[in-house]
Amino acid sequence: MSLTAKLILRDKEYEVRAGQTLRDAIQKCDLSPQAVLPVLDGQLITDDQILRPGDIVMLVSVISGG
Amino acid sequence: MKCRKCKDKAVINMRHHKLALCKDHYLAWVLEQTERFICKYHMFTVNEKVLIAVSGGKDSLALWDVLLSLGYQVDGIYINLGIDAGIGYSERSLSMIRKFMETHGEAVLKVVDVPVTYGASITTAASRTHRGKGRPCSVCGLTKRHIMNRIAEEGGYDVLVTGHNLDDEAAVLLGNTLTWQTGYLARQAPVLPASGAGLVRKAKPFCRFYERETAAYALLAGIDYVYDECPHAVGAKSIYYKELLNTLEEERPGAKLQFYLNFLRARDEGAFRVFEEQVELNKCSQCGQPTSLVGLCTFCRTWQQVNSQSGNTQ
Ligand code: SF4
Ligand SMILES: [Zn+2]
Ligand SMILES: [Zn+2]
Repeated sequence: MSLTAKLILRDKEYEVRAGQTLRDAIQKCDLSPQAVLPVLDGQLITDDQILRPGDIVMLVSVISGG
Repeated sequence: MKCRKCKDKAVINMRHHKLALCKDHYLAWVLEQTERFICKYHMFTVNEKVLIAVSGGKDSLALWDVLLSLGYQVDGIYINLGIDAGIGYSERSLSMIRKFMETHGEAVLKVVDVPVTYGASITTAASRTHRGKGRPCSVCGLTKRHIMNRIAEEGGYDVLVTGHNLDDEAAVLLGNTLTWQTGYLARQAPVLPASGAGLVRKAKPFCRFYERETAAYALLAGIDYVYDECPHAVGAKSIYYKELLNTLEEERPGAKLQFYLNFLRARDEGAFRVFEEQVELNKCSQCGQPTSLVGLCTFCRTWQQVNSQSGNTQ
C-alpha cells in the first residue's frame, strides 16, 4: 500500500505524503487553503484532517473573477 | 475538528471567526448572518420587491436560495450575453439557472437576451467598439448595468441585489486604493440608495461572506453552479488582487475582512465624503435612463456604434 494521498484540483493531480494535515499538504503544493474547499468521499472536510494513505481529496476552487 | 454548536464533525472552519460548524449549523448560520447584514445595512424589507441578478455562478444562486428561504419576494434576472468562447458559456449558465428553478418552485426568472434585443453578442459588440482595450468587460458591464436598471424600473422593483462576496469587494477596494480612486471609493458600499434621477437602489447581502463561504453554502445546499469563469475573466486584475489578499489572509486570518470593514467605517466617518459631489444627471434622450452626458447616454452611444458597424466585422 502506498503511503501517499492525492489532491485533485481541476485537471491537476498532486501526489502528497499521507500522515500530514490536509492544510500542510495544500500549502506544500503551493496552493492557498483560502482558495479551495476540500471534498473527501463527497463530503466537505476541514483542513486539519490528517491524510490517510490512498485518500483522494478533490479541491473545489472558489475564486471567481470578472 | 468539531462543530462549535453540536460537537458533530465540522465541515468548515472559518479561521477569521474562530468558528467551525457542521453542515446543518453552517447552513443555518449563513441564513442568520445574511438576515443580519440585510437589517444592519438597511438593504430592504420583506415588504419590498427584490430583483436579483443571477449569472449561474455560486454566489448569485446561493444568494437567491438564501433570500427565498428567508421569505423575501425575490425574482431573478438573467442576462444572456451571448458569450460562447467555444464552451457555450452563456448557454450553460442559463441551463444551470433553469436547473436551480426546478428545485425552487416559487422562483420567477426574467431573461434578457442581448443578441436578440440589441442586435449583437457582447463579444461582437466589444470587437466593434474601442472601449476596453480588447477585453469585452467594459461593454459588458455597461450593458448589464443598463439592462438591470431598466428591468428593475419596468417591473416596479424596489432594489436590485447582486451576489458580490467579501473577496469581490476587497479586490475592488484594493484596486481602487492602489490608485486612490476616491470617487469610486466613495461609491463602494453594501447598499447604494436609489437616486431621484432613476437609478434603482442596489444591495449586496453577501458582502461580508468570504468567497469560500458562499461556495461552501452552494455545495452543502446541493446547488449546482457553473464552475467555469466567464472566459473573458481569465487574467483579470480582480483575480490577481484576490490572490494577493489570500496570501495576506493565510498569514493573518481576518485580514481581508478587516480591510473591508475598516474601509466601511472610514467611509461612514466621512473619509471620502468630499468627493461625493453630485454630478448633475440628465435623462438620456433615447432610453430615458440617467446619464451625466447631454443627449444620448454611454450605453445608447456604444450600441449605436455597434449597430452602425454591423456587417463589417464579425
Ligand atoms: S468577465 Fe465576462 S461576464 Fe464578466 S464583465 Fe467580462 S465579459 Fe462580462
Ligand atoms: Zn453542529
Ligand atoms: Zn440611453
